[in-house]
Amino acid sequence: MRTTTHKRSIPALAVFAVGALALTSCGGDSAEGDSGESDSGGEALSVTFLPKNLGNPYFETSNAGGEEAVEEFGGTYSEVGPQEATPDGQVEYINTAAQQGEDALVLSANDPSAICGALNEARDVDVAVVTFDSDTDAECRDLFVNQATAEGIASAQVELVAEQIDGEGEIAILSASANATNQNLWIELMEEELAADYPDIEIVDTVYGDDDDQRSFDQTAALLQTHPDLDAIVSPTTVGIAAAARYISDSDYAGEVAVTGLGTPNQMREYVEDGTVEAFALWNPEDLGYLAAFAARAVASGDIAGEEGDTFEAGRLGEYTVGADGEVVLGEPFVFDSENIGDFDF
Amino acid sequence: MSAETLTPAKRQSASMRTVRALLASRETAIVVVILLIIAVATSFNQSFLFTGQGWRDLLLTPSILMVMAVGSAVVIITRNVDLSVGSTLAITAYMTGRLFVDVPGMPIFIVVLLGILVGAGLGLINGALVAFGKVPALVVTLGTMYIYRGVVLTWAGSDRINASDMPGNFLNLGTMQILSIPLLTIVAVLVLIVAGYWLSSTRSGREMYAIGSDPEAAKLYGLPTTKRVITAFILGGALAGLAGVMYAARYGTVSSGAGMGWEFDAIGAAVIGGVAIFGGSGSVWGAAFGAILLMTINRTLPIVGIPDFWQRAVVGALIIGAIVLDRYLSVRRHRKLQEARDKA
Repeated sequence: MRTTTHKRSIPALAVFAVGALALTSCGGDSAEGDSGESDSGGEALSVTFLPKNLGNPYFETSNAGGEEAVEEFGGTYSEVGPQEATPDGQVEYINTAAQQGEDALVLSANDPSAICGALNEARDVDVAVVTFDSDTDAECRDLFVNQATAEGIASAQVELVAEQIDGEGEIAILSASANATNQNLWIELMEEELAADYPDIEIVDTVYGDDDDQRSFDQTAALLQTHPDLDAIVSPTTVGIAAAARYISDSDYAGEVAVTGLGTPNQMREYVEDGTVEAFALWNPEDLGYLAAFAARAVASGDIAGEEGDTFEAGRLGEYTVGADGEVVLGEPFVFDSENIGDFDF
Repeated sequence: MSAETLTPAKRQSASMRTVRALLASRETAIVVVILLIIAVATSFNQSFLFTGQGWRDLLLTPSILMVMAVGSAVVIITRNVDLSVGSTLAITAYMTGRLFVDVPGMPIFIVVLLGILVGAGLGLINGALVAFGKVPALVVTLGTMYIYRGVVLTWAGSDRINASDMPGNFLNLGTMQILSIPLLTIVAVLVLIVAGYWLSSTRSGREMYAIGSDPEAAKLYGLPTTKRVITAFILGGALAGLAGVMYAARYGTVSSGAGMGWEFDAIGAAVIGGVAIFGGSGSVWGAAFGAILLMTINRTLPIVGIPDFWQRAVVGALIIGAIVLDRYLSVRRHRKLQEARDKA
C-alpha cells in the first residue's frame, strides 16, 4: 500500500527539482510522434524496468517513478527482476526483453561487466539500454542516469559523520556486497576526502552486509564487538543503515555510537524519532526512476543518440543534459533529519 | 546418541553407561569446540563474554537458528529433508508485521500462535506431498521453497515491515532479558528440551528413528510411517513459523528476502551436530549445538581478524569435516563390530 501513498508527498519531494513543476504536463504530448521511429512496430513505446532484485523497497519506489513517467508519455510499462541481487539472475531477463522486442530496458546493474554481453546483444536488436542507480561499463549501455555524482554522495556522508562525531574519532563502514559498484566507489572517495580534510577521523574497518537485514544486523554487532572505541558507523546502503540503527537503538551503544549514511525515511523514522540517528542522506529514488524512464524514451525514440551535450525533456523534472560517458545526473543528495522526516513517505 | 544405540547391550550399570555415552557423544565434542571458540574470542577481546552486551549477543544470536535446526533435525531423522523452512520463516515473519499493521491492538500471543499455526500448515502441505505423493522430500520441498518464497514476494511486493510499524512491546521481546538470559534464548531452550525429551523418551519419538533407519522395515513392522513423517514436517514447519515471529521481533525489519538461505544453515547445523543426513541417528541437542557453533564462529572470525569472505568457506569446511568424521567413525565402528563377531 505504501507505493500508492507516496503520491501525496510529491509536493514535498519537489525540493529536489525546484522550479521544474511548471513543466509537469508537457511530456505526454509528443508521445504520438514516436510511433514512426520505433522499428518494433508498436505505437506505444514499451519500457521494461529491471531492478537489482524484486521486493527491494528502494527499487519499488524508483520503479513507481518510472511507471509514472511511462504513463505520462503514453508508453507501456513492465517490471521484471531476479529475487536475489546477482548478475546471472539479471542476464535471463535481459535476454527475454531482447527477444520480446522491447523498445527500452531500464536497469540497475548487479555487476559492471558480467551482464555486458547480454546488454550488447539486446542493443544489437535495437533495445535502448539505460542504466540507473548502478552503472555498467560505459560501452554496454546508451545512457546512465546517476542519482547524484559519486563525489556529491561521498562528501554528503563525510560531512554528516564528521558533524556527528565533532570531526574526530574511529568510524567503520557497513556496505552492501563486496562487489557493489557504487558503494565501492563512494567508499573510496570518502576515504580520500577523510584523509584530506579530516585527519583525525580514522576508518577502522569496512564490512559487508550483502543488503540483507539479518546479515547487516549481525555485522553491526561484530563491528561494535571488534572495535570497542568506535564512534560512528557509516552505511552507504539503505538496508545496512536500518539494520545498524536497529541493533544500536536497543543496545548499550545507544547514544554512544552514531549511525549515518544513506537511508529511506520510512525505514529510518523510528530511529530518528528515538534519537539513535541524527541525520542521513539520500536522493529521491522516485525522481530517479522518473528521469530514467524519460531518458530511455529519448534514446528509444531516436530523439538523442546519447552523446555528450545532447539535451532532453524529462516531464516535471525539466531539461537534462547528457554529460561525459553518457551520464545524466539527477542532482545533489538530500539530508533527512528529525525536522523534515515527517514530510516524506517512501 | 549414536554410541548408545550401537554399543552391544552388555550388562553395565546404567550410570556408567550414561557417563561413557556422554563422553563419547558428538554433542559433548561440539560443546567443547564451542567453549574453545568462546575462549579464543574472549582472549582476543574481553567484551566478547564479559560485558552485558557481549553476553546477550552470545546467547541471542543463535537462538532463532536453534529453533529452526531442531525442526530440521526431526525431519532429517525420519530420512527426509525440508528445504522450505527459510521461505516459511519469511511468510510468518512478514505476516507478523502485517498483522500488527492491519489489526491495530492485536494481542501479541495471538500473533505468536498464528505464526506457529501457519508454519504448521505449510509443513503439513510438505508432509502430505511427501507421504501421500511418494515424492522424495528433496524435490517436494525444493518446489515449496520456491512457491512459499513466491507467495511472500507477491504478498510483500514493494512493502517492507519497518520497526515503526510494530508495537514497541513486541520489539522489546526481541531483546528482553530475564535474569540476564534473553527471552528468545529461553524460548529456544524450551523448544529444545521438549523436542529432545519427545524424541529420546517417548514411543512416537523413538519411532522417528526407526522410520529413518529403515523406512521399509518400519512399515513392515507396522509403524504408522505416514502419520509420523507428516508429524515431522508439521513440527519442522511450526518451528520455522515460530522462528519467523522471533525474527520479526529481533530484527525489526522484514522484507520478502527474510530468511533467504536459512534452510541451509538449519540443515548445516543439524549435520554439524551429528544428525546423519540419511536419517536414523543424531539428536536435536546436537543440532542446537551445531546452530550455536555456526553462529558463534561467524561472530568470532571478524574478532580474530579473519576477513568476512572466509566465513562461508569456514562453514563449508565444518560441514564437510563433520561428514568425514561421521564416515570415519562409522567405518571404525563397523570394523570393531565385525572383529567382535569373528571372535565369538
